Amino acid sequence: MRPPDVWAALRSSPWRLLASSWPWRALAYLASGALVGLVVAVLLFVLVGVGLLTLVVLVGLLVLAGIPLLAALVADVERVRLRLVLPEAGSGKAAPSERIAWSDRFRALRRLRISGPEVGYTVLVATVLWLVDAVALNLLITLPGVLVLAPVLVRIDAPVAFGPWQLTTPSEAWIAVAPGLVLLIAGLYAATLLAAAQASLARLLLEPAQTRLTAAVADLRRSRVDLVDAFETERSRIERDLHDGAQQRLVALTMTLGLAELEVPEGAGLDLVRQAHAQAETALAELRATVRGIHPRVLVDHGLTAAVRELAGAAGLPVSVDLRVDRRLPAPVEAAAYFVVAEALTNAVRHAGARSARVQGQVTADRLEVVVRDDGAGGATVRPGGGLAGLATRLAALDGLLEVTSPPGGPTEVRMTCPIALP
Amino acid sequence: MPDRAPLRIVLAEDAALLREGLLAILERAGHEVIAAVGDADALLAFTDHTRPDVVITDIRMPPTHTDEGLRAAAELRRRHRDLAVLVLSAYVADAYLAELLDTAGGGGIGYLLKDRVGHVRDFLDSLDQVAGGETVVDPEVVRGLLDRQRPDGPLDVLSEREREVLALMAEGRTNGSIATALFVSEAAVRKHVGNIFAKLRLDPTTDRRVSAVLAYLREA
Repeated sequence: MRPPDVWAALRSSPWRLLASSWPWRALAYLASGALVGLVVAVLLFVLVGVGLLTLVVLVGLLVLAGIPLLAALVADVERVRLRLVLPEAGSGKAAPSERIAWSDRFRALRRLRISGPEVGYTVLVATVLWLVDAVALNLLITLPGVLVLAPVLVRIDAPVAFGPWQLTTPSEAWIAVAPGLVLLIAGLYAATLLAAAQASLARLLLEPAQTRLTAAVADLRRSRVDLVDAFETERSRIERDLHDGAQQRLVALTMTLGLAELEVPEGAGLDLVRQAHAQAETALAELRATVRGIHPRVLVDHGLTAAVRELAGAAGLPVSVDLRVDRRLPAPVEAAAYFVVAEALTNAVRHAGARSARVQGQVTADRLEVVVRDDGAGGATVRPGGGLAGLATRLAALDGLLEVTSPPGGPTEVRMTCPIALP
Repeated sequence: MPDRAPLRIVLAEDAALLREGLLAILERAGHEVIAAVGDADALLAFTDHTRPDVVITDIRMPPTHTDEGLRAAAELRRRHRDLAVLVLSAYVADAYLAELLDTAGGGGIGYLLKDRVGHVRDFLDSLDQVAGGETVVDPEVVRGLLDRQRPDGPLDVLSEREREVLALMAEGRTNGSIATALFVSEAAVRKHVGNIFAKLRLDPTTDRRVSAVLAYLREA
């Protein structure tokens, strides 16, 4: 797998870096930087020169106004070049809204819509950067390159000279290869570092702030989903612990008490055993309800439809279920939908005094929609700290929505929609 | 309990605590537990090898702890059509029930909650019924199914009373037991049962009592 950008590559081991394509991308970046910089330097020189010279006849003003246009052009080229070393750069989703169309730029010339950072970067490219790139390429690559290639150069009668040293014979030339190789490797490394630093500078100046914000929001959204996911994982761990621990001990206890009932003779003793048995069963029933409230096993094993059917069966009022979800959805989405139904049915029984309820749901396009209606007294609200509010928050993290319509006198309708693909 | 015919049983339950409890109850009743195993593979191997009268299995078993026991039970029914299978579940979940009933060709299927085992006599009665080829479903599961009748389902043709009778039939009760539970005469129950069979247009050549129960349960 290729590291996502040149910085990640630099952080990995030196050998992996050298074996990868990053050094060559870096060289291409530097070389194109030197070339572009030279062209820009000439253009800028001409623009500024001609502009200043003709300023007295006012035409110069128009010429100088071309500088922002040149800067925009340089910035666009640079954004393309950036992808050599920072593939993510320039692919920000907000780019279209931030990018200024060329026709708009011309139209806006009157108002001289100058992007400060773009002009600054252009001046930098034309003055410092291209020189740095050219010198670096020569020092870091050409010199070691000549050393490495010395045997070939000597053979084709091109004398190689480094200051006082003259390499004329093949044996002398071969001696130069080893230090040449070491220098070449060091040079590649340094060139990659330089390209990375330059690209980051360019990105800082040229990438619109909105792109960076968009990336941050995407990160934030991902981390929120991760949080919901972690929450879900934790719940199912608690469920498993309870199921494998306390619940089984209680079942074993009821078995033992059941056996004891057969052994103990009729009388006060047997009455006590029966009482204990009944208490153990009550505890077991309560524990089972708790476990179901934490994270229902059926949801994990059989998915949303089966789990909602089970909920309906245990709701304590007749509930008709018409749920058309025939595939598995991401676990946080299934869990959110399940708990919405659970909460709505609980409210229907406990607060609205409903006589029946209806659960409907389906997946349309890329969204899950679930509606729970009851014929109760209505008046349900999403109170802060209440069950529905918690579910609304949970759904918001998944980019979903919870709506409650519950006029006094009823009926109450709880509707949730949620994208079935996680952000 | 000398009145019970001893059954040869293979028991599959991964929790040692419950396996021991079940073992104690079955052995006290005079049944012979040929093997008590902790996973589905062992269950399949032992059952093929020893041909027991009844298999009792937990739904969740290693390695994934989802529905291995249930799938093993279905596989065993495919291999041995007349093998009686009693499935134990820790949950009131009919999602598992539908899967189980799909394998119910020859009858002899049971689906009980683990708590039911604590009512030792009832549990042993259910076990005998399953071994005798009847279908037994936990009363609590049946109650759940009854609570959410679809208004337009195929059982809509039944009257309230007929539905009650059907629910009790699903629990594996006899006509006499149903009569006692509903405070009516056994003749009245027979009449209801006849009406249910007629209204559901069940094939008289099959075990209509089982078919009725299956129709009832599948509808949910």
